[in-house]
Amino acid sequence: MAEIFFTLALIVLESLGLLVALLISVSFLIYFDRKVWAAVMMRRGPNVVGPWGVLQSFADLLKFVFKEVIIPDGANKVVFVIAPIVTSLLALSAWSVMPISEGWSISNINVGVLFLFAISSLMVYGIIMGGWASNSKYPFLSALRSAAQMVSYEVSIGFVIITVLLCAGSLNLTDIVHAQNHGLGTKLGLPPSFLDWYWLPLFPMFIIFFISALAETNRPPFDLVEAESELVAGFMVEYSSTPYLLFMLGEYVAITTMCALTTTLFLGGWSPIIAIAPFTWVPGVIWFLIKVVLVFFMFAMVKTIVPRYRYDQLMRLGWKVFLPISLAWVVITAGVLVSMGWLPS
Amino acid sequence: MIATTFFFYLFSLFAIASAVLVITMKNPVHSVLFLILCFFNAAGLFVLTGAEFLAMILVVVYVGAVAVLFLFVVMMLDVDFTELRSGMLNYLPVGGVIGMILLAELVLLFSTWAAPAGDVAASVEAAQNTRALGLVLYTKYVFFFQTAGLILLVAMIGAIVLTLRHRTGIKRQDVNTQVARGPATAMEIKKVESGQGI
Repeated sequence: MAEIFFTLALIVLESLGLLVALLISVSFLIYFDRKVWAAVMMRRGPNVVGPWGVLQSFADLLKFVFKEVIIPDGANKVVFVIAPIVTSLLALSAWSVMPISEGWSISNINVGVLFLFAISSLMVYGIIMGGWASNSKYPFLSALRSAAQMVSYEVSIGFVIITVLLCAGSLNLTDIVHAQNHGLGTKLGLPPSFLDWYWLPLFPMFIIFFISALAETNRPPFDLVEAESELVAGFMVEYSSTPYLLFMLGEYVAITTMCALTTTLFLGGWSPIIAIAPFTWVPGVIWFLIKVVLVFFMFAMVKTIVPRYRYDQLMRLGWKVFLPISLAWVVITAGVLVSMGWLPS
Repeated sequence: MIATTFFFYLFSLFAIASAVLVITMKNPVHSVLFLILCFFNAAGLFVLTGAEFLAMILVVVYVGAVAVLFLFVVMMLDVDFTELRSGMLNYLPVGGVIGMILLAELVLLFSTWAAPAGDVAASVEAAQNTRALGLVLYTKYVFFFQTAGLILLVAMIGAIVLTLRHRTGIKRQDVNTQVARGPATAMEIKKVESGQGI
């Protein structure tokens, strides 16, 4: 009995630690996002709260929390309140399987990739529920758009994940990172390095995954769900104060999850860039963070330099371009692996 | 063991309660939301029995895709809910008979079905169940698997054929011609005399 309680307490403590670290990192990532955006537009960005404005996100948090929660009269109140909670809860729960370093995941489950895929496909519910419960035209349109958009891009994300799984031979995220310790570079006689990671042999898939991840998390140029010039703020129009904050939080945590998933699947997770002396001294967490921030930087740059897609273009890209390419790549990868005898045992 | 039993009853209770709420809720959107909760609890039960692959596929396919489309359709439909309710008594006998047949089938199945000899849980532990499923699905049951795929394909083609309309006289977008446009093909420069139109 005592053992069970000890295990439970350990899990609770680990989860709390991870959540606190995650939320603090996300607040700084939001600051980073705004700074990158500002720098490209030759503005200063947030620069008032704290040195260089680094505490801006915390000031925003306090502002949101202390405002009044307004629930529209015609809204479906229960669903209206549940929607933001669902969004942020799902986004945060995805991190329970993420391997941040060797053995550093709260739950190292056998089907880790599928779990993350399931969570990212569930993220659409927060938006649909919020949009419908608001009982207003713009949020509802946005909810319909998001439902179609996220379901479409999940298909190509699924196929990209399958190519990675074919190469790694496991659904376990830790095993996928381990499988990236040997590959092209080690065949050339080099120590395990960035040449072994899957971004190189699966290069077109890496790009497709990146773009689909943008669409899946409703980031610009695929932010038709929010589209402030057409739908004001999409499904969040009627939200204020803390519920809005929860939506925002859920969205940014989901983006961070996608960055971390890209890192795990294609950029070798916590592995150092080359496994030789000065690089191996750096702990795995640091490498993981560096890679996540790098992918996030790419997300931020895409936001600044690419104009928003029109809705039919978005659907065309998902169904007519990405789906055939990724499907073909699954066949090609499987064919090459079988014919060369490289199938993981 | 206590935790497993506790979670089994928790998931079962929630699954049954939400299944009942699916058919008793007045608002169809709420019904779909409870259906989703029911799916989730079923996934939880799968996890408890060690079938984590099935659990995740249940969530990805049913909750992540099928239920989204249900919700999509139910939200878009403009149905009069009171009218929908009024016919309930007429449909009750038919629905009741179908329900009874299903129940009888389940009872018959479980009363005649013998549990496989040996410890089931141990064999599940031994092989990763994703691998185990893959090994039988693509060898022993490959024809059933392909047939299921074929049925889905037929359903898909049917849906497309039913909804396909060929309309004439509308402007369609052709991405290739749009991309191929250049200043030479898209622009015409005219010298306009002052005081005259083009």
